[in-house]
Amino acid sequence: MTLLSVRDLRVEFSTRDGTAPAVRGISLEVPEHSTLALVGESGSGKSVTALSILGLLPGNATARGEVLYRGKNLLQAPSRDLRALRGAEISMIFQEPMSSLNPVFSVGFQIGEALREHLGMSRKEARRRALELLQEARISDPQRKVDAYPFQLSGGEQQRVMIAMAIACEPKLLIADEPTSALDVTVQKQILDLIAELQRRRRMSVLFITHDLGLVSQLANQVVVMREGEIREQGSVAQVFGAPRDGYTRALLDARPRLDQPRPPRARRDGTVILEARGLAKSFDDVKAVKGASFKLAKGRTLGLVGESGSGKTTLGLLVARLHQATGGSALLHGRDTASIPSKVFKRAIQIVFQNPYASLNPRFSVGQIMLEPMRIHGIGSGEAERRGLAAELLGKVGLPSSALFKYPHEFSGGQRQRIAIARALVLKPELLICDEAVSALDVSIQAQLLKLLRNLQDEYAMSYLFISHDLAVVRSMADEVMVMKDGEVVEMAAAEELYAAPKHPYTRTLLASVPR
Amino acid sequence: MSLWLLAWRRLLRDRVGVASAAIVLAFILIAAASAAGFIARDWGQEVGVSYAPPGFLGPEIEHERAAAITSGPQEDYGIADPLAEELAEIRARLTGAAGTEARATTLAFGGDKWGRDVVKKAIKGTETSLVVGLAAATLAAFLGTLFGALAGYHGGWLDDFFNWLYSVFTSIPYLLLVLAIAAVLNQKGVLTVILILGLTGWTGIFRLIRAEYLKHKVREYVLAADAIGASDARRMFAHILPNVSHVVLVQLSLHVVLFIKSEVILSFLGFGVGVDTVSWGSMLAEAPSELILGMWWQIAAATAAMALAVTAFSLFTDAVRDALDPRLQ
Repeated sequence: MTLLSVRDLRVEFSTRDGTAPAVRGISLEVPEHSTLALVGESGSGKSVTALSILGLLPGNATARGEVLYRGKNLLQAPSRDLRALRGAEISMIFQEPMSSLNPVFSVGFQIGEALREHLGMSRKEARRRALELLQEARISDPQRKVDAYPFQLSGGEQQRVMIAMAIACEPKLLIADEPTSALDVTVQKQILDLIAELQRRRRMSVLFITHDLGLVSQLANQVVVMREGEIREQGSVAQVFGAPRDGYTRALLDARPRLDQPRPPRARRDGTVILEARGLAKSFDDVKAVKGASFKLAKGRTLGLVGESGSGKTTLGLLVARLHQATGGSALLHGRDTASIPSKVFKRAIQIVFQNPYASLNPRFSVGQIMLEPMRIHGIGSGEAERRGLAAELLGKVGLPSSALFKYPHEFSGGQRQRIAIARALVLKPELLICDEAVSALDVSIQAQLLKLLRNLQDEYAMSYLFISHDLAVVRSMADEVMVMKDGEVVEMAAAEELYAAPKHPYTRTLLASVPR
Repeated sequence: MSLWLLAWRRLLRDRVGVASAAIVLAFILIAAASAAGFIARDWGQEVGVSYAPPGFLGPEIEHERAAAITSGPQEDYGIADPLAEELAEIRARLTGAAGTEARATTLAFGGDKWGRDVVKKAIKGTETSLVVGLAAATLAAFLGTLFGALAGYHGGWLDDFFNWLYSVFTSIPYLLLVLAIAAVLNQKGVLTVILILGLTGWTGIFRLIRAEYLKHKVREYVLAADAIGASDARRMFAHILPNVSHVVLVQLSLHVVLFIKSEVILSFLGFGVGVDTVSWGSMLAEAPSELILGMWWQIAAATAAMALAVTAFSLFTDAVRDALDPRLQ
C-alpha cells in the first residue's frame, strides 16, 4: 500500500531576478511501513520536496503537481486541514535540533504541546506521556531531562527530544531532513539506530533525506537519487547500490571516501622532521581545550588529526599556525622554537586552509586582491604585472581560469572558493599546510576532487599536511600517520595502516565502528 | 562584480529609493548653490514691508493691519499725548529718509518681521541645516567607527576605557548634555553646533560598530588574513571595515536626519546658530510671535522644507539599508 505519493511535483521560487526552478517534475511513492531515502547533493531539491509535502514552503515558492496522502491532494488542502495533519499524521525532524527547539520552554512542555494540541490531553497527562516518549527515545535519565531546557542538553539529546516530539502523536509518516548532519559520528549512529528501531516498532513510514549515501544502506528500503531538481535514479537499496544504472549515481558512489581505501602509495621522502610539537597546550580560562599534544611531522608527509566536536583538534591546528597563543609546551620548526621566529618568516612556512569557504574569503575583495595581498605583504614579485602572472599561474594549479582574478568570492561555488583559499595559501610556498576540515563543508563529488587536488599539490611542492577532520574515511585517503583526539587529549597516534587495521584505544574502536559503510 | 556594484543595482531598482534619492540630491544641490553664493546670497536684504504677505494673498492684509495698529491705542483716557508733537516730527523725518526706498508690499511667499524674503531664508536655512546635519553626522560616524573598531578589535583595557566613556556620555540626559556643552563653548555658530552634535552623537554608532568588530574579528577571513601576515591595522581597516561599512553608511544617513532635527531644537531654544545666520530652527524660533498675529508663512516654509528633507532622507536610508543587506552568501 502506498501511503504518500508525489506526482509530477514542480516547485519554483520567484525572486527579484525572475523565477528559479528548484524541483522540476518529480514523482515518487512512499509505501506503508517502510523507509524511503531521498539522496542528493546541495541544490538537488531534496529538502524543498520535503517541505512542500507539509505545505511549509516559504511565501515566494509555488508548488504544482500532486502530493497525495491517502488519496488526498495536500497541495490543494486548506491550511486548517494541513495543520491538523502536521504533527499528528505526518511529522518532521530537522537538521539543527538547537534551532528547532524553543529555548525558553522545558523540553517536557514542548513535547506535551503537541499532545495537548492534537489529542486534547491535560497538562498532567501530557507530562506523563512526554516522560514515556523520552524513555522511548532512549534519553538517559528521562526523569530529570523532562524538566531540562534545550541548552542543558547535548546535540544528540536535543535530537532525541525532537524525535520524541515527532512521534508523540503516533504519526504514520516521519520526515527526517538531514537529522544527523550536525551531529558527531558516534552520536549519528545512535540516532540512526533509534530511527530504524522506532520505524519497525511503530510500523511507521520514514522519508529520510540525506546527502550521505553511506547512511542510506543501513536504514532504507528504497532509494531516490536527486540532482538539480530531477530524479536520476530510484529503486531498492540493493539495486541502486549493487548495480547503479545512472552515471551520476555511479559517480556519487565512487566519490565516497571509504575506510578501506588508503592513500595510493608514493615515493618516500627523506623523512626530515620539519615540525615537532612538545606538549602543546591551550586553556581558555578554566577550560583546557588542548591538554598537551606532542607529535612530529616529516617533510612531504601528512599527519591526520581526527576527533569529534569539542575534542580540541581545531584549537591544536590554530596553535601550530600560531593564530592562538599556546599556554603550555612548545612547537619547533626545523628545531627552532616557533615563538622565537619572526612573524614574517613563520607565516611563509606555515599556512592554513579553513573549513568554511563561504567565511574564509573576504567578500569585499576580488580574487585578484585576495591573491595579491600576501605577495605585497611579503614582497613577492617585483611588480603588479609579475604578481598578477604568478596569481594566474597558481589559480591554474588549483584548476581555475585566470579570468577568476577579476571576480568576487560570491560568484563562485563552495568547491571553487575552497580552491581559491588553497591557491592563496600556496602563494607563500609554505612547508606545512594545515587543512582544518578543509573539505567537510563540501558535497561528496566536490570533496573527492579537492582531496585529489591536495594530494597532487603535496607531491608537486613536497609540502607537509596537518590534515584535521572529523571524518575517518576522508583522513584515510590523505594521511600517512593518524592522531586521534578526545576531550583535548591525544588518545592514540599510529601509522595510518596500523590504526585503521588494529586500533588500540577503545575510543578509536568506537569511532571506527560508527562510520557508516 | 563587486558587492558595492550589486548593491547599487538593487538601489536603482527601488522606485521609492530612487525618488527619495532625487529629492535628497536636489536639497544637497540647493545647499551647495547657496553656499557657493549662486542663490539666496541676498537673503538678509530687507526687500519687503514688515510681515509682507505672500503674493497670492495680495497686499490687503497689510492695509487692514496697518489700520488696526494706527487706530488702536488712541483713546488715552482723554489725556493728550505729551509726545505727540515730537513723534510727528520723527515720523515726518523718517518718511522723508526712507520714503525713497521702495519696499514691496507682497513677496513670493511672504516676508518676516524685517521684510526679508521667506523663500530665500528657507534656502539659506537649508544650507545651514544640511551642512550641520552632514558634518555632524560625519564627525559622529568617524568617532563612533574609530572608537568601536579599537574597542571591539583589541578588547582588554582599551575596550573598558571606551565602554566607560560610552557609559559617561549616555548616562547624562541628551538635551542636558548638549546644553551643557553649548554653555561651556559659549560661542554661537555653525561650527559650534557641529561640534556639539558630533561630539555627543557618536555613542550609538560606537556600540553598533564595536559589536560588529567583536563578531567579525573571529571570522575565518580575518584569521586567514592573520595567517598570511596582515598587520592588526590592516585587518581592522582593510579587511573588517569594508565588511561593516554598510552599517556605518546606514547609521550616517540616520544621524543626518537626527542632527537636522537636533539643530532645529537647539536653534529654537536659542543655543544654536547666531542671529547673523538663518537655519530652519531659527526660523521656527521666530514663529510663535508671528502666529499670534496670524503670520503663518514663515513657519509653513521652514516646516515644509524640513519635513520634505527629513522624510526623503529617511526613505533614502531605508532604501540604502535594503540595497546593502548582505543576503548574498
